[in-house]
Amino acid sequence: MISEVLNMNGYGVYVFSSFVFTLVSFGVLYSVIKIQLNKELKVFETKFNNLEIEKAEIAKKQKTYREILAITSASKI
Amino acid sequence: MLNYFNPGNTIKIISKLQKFIFALFIAVLILGLAEALVLSPEDYKQSDSVRIMYVHVPAAWISLGIFTVISILSFGILIFKNKNFSLITKSLAPSGFVFNIIALVTGSIWGKPTWGTWWAWDARITSMLLLAIFYLMFMMSWKIVDQENKAIKLSSYIAIFGLINVPIIKFSVDWWSTLHQPSSVNVLKETTIHTSMLVPLGIMTAAFALFSLLIFLMKYNTELLKIKNKGLDRL
Repeated sequence: MISEVLNMNGYGVYVFSSFVFTLVSFGVLYSVIKIQLNKELKVFETKFNNLEIEKAEIAKKQKTYREILAITSASKI
Repeated sequence: MLNYFNPGNTIKIISKLQKFIFALFIAVLILGLAEALVLSPEDYKQSDSVRIMYVHVPAAWISLGIFTVISILSFGILIFKNKNFSLITKSLAPSGFVFNIIALVTGSIWGKPTWGTWWAWDARITSMLLLAIFYLMFMMSWKIVDQENKAIKLSSYIAIFGLINVPIIKFSVDWWSTLHQPSSVNVLKETTIHTSMLVPLGIMTAAFALFSLLIFLMKYNTELLKIKNKGLDRL
């Protein structure tokens, strides 16, 4: 039964290689984008934690910065 | 609608919805894979090789759809000088390009048992290859050009010029004698594909669309963070 499913009337190698290529491409793209996102979040955390208190206060008054701070562990808010 | 893509809202949406979209994508993908690999019937002519259709066709549809959206938004960039549009187009391109490559590679794999060759300079295949080149040029324009405004203009012109290729891809099978069969799934005409194959095709298309949405949101968030990181330097 399992060998029949894998063999697919002789087309198994074509079918499964297509599906594996697709899923591997998804995995690679997701990983690359995730790494880029995490890198930018790290840069933000580092920069925000090195801000002077007054500048950090200005930043946290802005909505976008508040949203970013909500998803990072930057400590000045 | 566009208010959803103002910077503050997007970060909030992404952080809340990312896990939900990912979980939904996995669930729909598992269902789609079960339908495509096990439950759907084999074709009377192509036998089990027809199952490649369930990754090849959705990938081609979505890469084409994403490029069309990029091109339309590029008109908006040039006419309305809307920088948010350029962020959206930049964030859409990677998933569109990867889907384009998937369509080309799986098409090539499908071609071997069906046509007896990995590659042919068929009108549909060649125009899809051209689409991949347009995607590459679009993404490279952001890497090569240092000045942001020039990069936005150049990438917009590339996308608009590439739009000419979209109807060529769509109608290539009708205009020329190609190895590809005419389209089986139609909006205006009768769909000639059986429901037992249309359902898995629809589920896999939904899974691929969810994945491209997830990648788009993550990439958009990344681009936004890059801008905000530069902004922190200017405070």
